[in-house]
Amino acid sequence: MKITVSGEAATVQDGITVAKLIAERDVENPQYVTVTINDDFIHSDDFETKTLSEGDQVEFLYFMGGGR
Amino acid sequence: MSDSKTVSLTAQQFDEMVAHAKACLPEEACGLLGGREEGDTKIVTHIYNVENIDHTNEHFSMAPKDQLAAVKQMRAAGEVPLGNWHSHPETPSRPSNEDKRLAYDSKASYLILSLMDADQPVLHSFHIEGDQAEKEMLIVE
Repeated sequence: MKITVSGEAATVQDGITVAKLIAERDVENPQYVTVTINDDFIHSDDFETKTLSEGDQVEFLYFMGGGR
Repeated sequence: MSDSKTVSLTAQQFDEMVAHAKACLPEEACGLLGGREEGDTKIVTHIYNVENIDHTNEHFSMAPKDQLAAVKQMRAAGEVPLGNWHSHPETPSRPSNEDKRLAYDSKASYLILSLMDADQPVLHSFHIEGDQAEKEMLIVE
């Protein structure tokens, strides 16, 4: 099926999970990545079970923070 | 560290950054930088202010909803993400240990604006990789 990842078209297997997509995309430091699907924020506890659908738009956002 | 770049921004962008940082005092302020790369130079074309959801003078965490909005705006404008910035209200313009520990993207430039002397803000850009930070050339004109 076709989805959009970080603004770019991608073809992935039907029903792929968020966790599997993160692994396939070789996302660095996945423990610090926030995922949105169609602008909805996905809780990291749901990465293993949340599946994607045709046409979904996925974004990976890195945690950005620091301190003095 | 060979990935160090030159970062270029306008005086107006610098002023915008300072104004936002001062408006956020006593809290740290933060934001994202969008623009383009020409050779080894990152040319900032837009500064995106992002909410610091920590709301303290000692830490910052960027609001994911603001990050998402900024990423989409960058994409719509044909920009690429160049890095981020945050303020140090009471400390110098240098990466703290926490800044280095939480710098996950070695391709990003990390700009730190010190307001220790609010009348003389100091801005430096850093390339951070692991626990190593290297000052990048920064052009403000």
